[in-house]
Amino acid sequence: MKHYWPIVLVVALLAIVPFVTTSNVVLNFLITTLLIALVGQGWNLLGGYGGQYSFGHAAFFGTAAYTTAILQVQYGINAWLGLFAGIFAGSLVGAVIGVLCFRSGLRGSYFSLVTLAFAEVLRIVSSVTPITGAGVGTLIKLDLRPEAFQFQSRVPFYWIVLILVALSLVTVRGVENSRFGAYLVAIRENEDAASALGINAFAVKLAAITLSAAITAAAGCFYAQYFLFIDAAIAYGPWISIDALLAPIVGGAGTLFASLLGALVIKALGETAKLLTGDAPGLDLVIYGLLLIAVVGLAPRGVAGVLTALFRRPLRVQRGDDNG
Amino acid sequence: MAESLLIVENVSKYFGGLLAIDKVSFQVSTGRITALIGPNGAGKTTLFSIISGFLPVDDGRVVYDGADIMTEPPHQRARRGIARTFQIVQPFAGLTVRENIAIGSHLWQRSRAAALEAANQVALSVGLSAQLEAPAATLTVAGSKRLELARALAIAPRLLLLDEVLAGLNPSEIRDMVPVVRELTARGMTILMTEHVMQAVTALAEHVLVLAEGRIIARGTTQEVAADPLVVEAYLGRGAAKRITAGSMHA
Repeated sequence: MKHYWPIVLVVALLAIVPFVTTSNVVLNFLITTLLIALVGQGWNLLGGYGGQYSFGHAAFFGTAAYTTAILQVQYGINAWLGLFAGIFAGSLVGAVIGVLCFRSGLRGSYFSLVTLAFAEVLRIVSSVTPITGAGVGTLIKLDLRPEAFQFQSRVPFYWIVLILVALSLVTVRGVENSRFGAYLVAIRENEDAASALGINAFAVKLAAITLSAAITAAAGCFYAQYFLFIDAAIAYGPWISIDALLAPIVGGAGTLFASLLGALVIKALGETAKLLTGDAPGLDLVIYGLLLIAVVGLAPRGVAGVLTALFRRPLRVQRGDDNG
Repeated sequence: MAESLLIVENVSKYFGGLLAIDKVSFQVSTGRITALIGPNGAGKTTLFSIISGFLPVDDGRVVYDGADIMTEPPHQRARRGIARTFQIVQPFAGLTVRENIAIGSHLWQRSRAAALEAANQVALSVGLSAQLEAPAATLTVAGSKRLELARALAIAPRLLLLDEVLAGLNPSEIRDMVPVVRELTARGMTILMTEHVMQAVTALAEHVLVLAEGRIIARGTTQEVAADPLVVEAYLGRGAAKRITAGSMHA
């Protein structure tokens, strides 16, 4: 259990927030941050641990969001069931893309480009098919009851997204300490050496992309319930694929808290940029971009890398003192 | 148990128009060390990649422990007990020595703790105990070669394919490594090794195969193949055997 206490600590800290403030601004900021953290944690499992850089995690996010929305609107199915259906649909898309990519031996940038293509194809298809509401999108009817996964206050939404993030952290920690996780990292480091040691790289990567898709899909379902609206550009747009990889890379890909740290940093940078530029439209994005370049340039191993470096140094000094 | 753990039958391999391996046949006797030697570019590593499943063949077959394994991918052959090292070392660079070895141990150990514990034992047997927590990327050449061997041993193989594990080591490092390899046959392993360091081949191998331009040109004990004019010519060029014999007669 000792592996899990950092998660307990972090989640407990975040859980205190609604008791301190119920400000909509703060909660809204944290909810969207946790949402990106969840999206990114899915990416982190496949990209950070497995070294398979997907540029198309929107495919999983969007499929889940549409699934839960369409099931409610078109078939009157309960939103909580929709959550599970959405996660299932998202991971199914992950498995299908995984089989197609990994069976044909796509590695590195080829894998990245094909995942990007899948997300784009889904975006274009969903912008013209009737079942997704085509260009108009799908609006989930307002029904502010907990049974319908809708709440008057933002606080319950905050709890729910925090629970989902906590579950994703526990899942990834479990993977870290398992044979599956060790194999995944081995494949990232050297796929040929891994197969020479009896690792079925195809099976491991397929399991990873499916689990990764499931985590990102959970975020898609949450998005649909929180904003009650989904269209092709939101569901399958490049913005979500980019946030999915940006958060864990900024945070330090392949580490447990990468996505959470990274989401906090990029969301904070985004808000800072908006504050700095005031009303000038688009200027905040320029500043956001510059800040990101600075962060990635100064901390190539992400926030987690910086933190490790900071905390290790004093420790070494202490040991030196003890010996002296 | 079959007397020959590995049988290679009429194996041929083309790279485009180039015939890299030309109808090669040989057997590797169970429990013994067989060396595959030959000049650079003879096809030794290609042959290793064929046996371990990394390269498909164009003709012929490979039989391991009585079973035709030609259609099996590398990971299945590893599960059968065929382990290989890579001539150009392929460490999991971001992991520590212990984690590297544990990846191999995991083949038979599900739990992380058990695999890491098994890795300690393997590290001890190849002399890497002092570097367990060192990142693999920081190892010296000799250390990386030991790590290659350790990882292969961690899957508890029956057939070990050693691709130049001694290349790049200095004479004292080679002297340290030879007993480590010999110890493996005492533990019941069958070894097929390629090597340029003849001192080690002489010390270790009971049976030597000489590969040149994709064909086996000689086989026998070290002394036998070293005296074979075909072998001398493969290494030193056509006519060399005659010149050497003539030279030794003058002397």
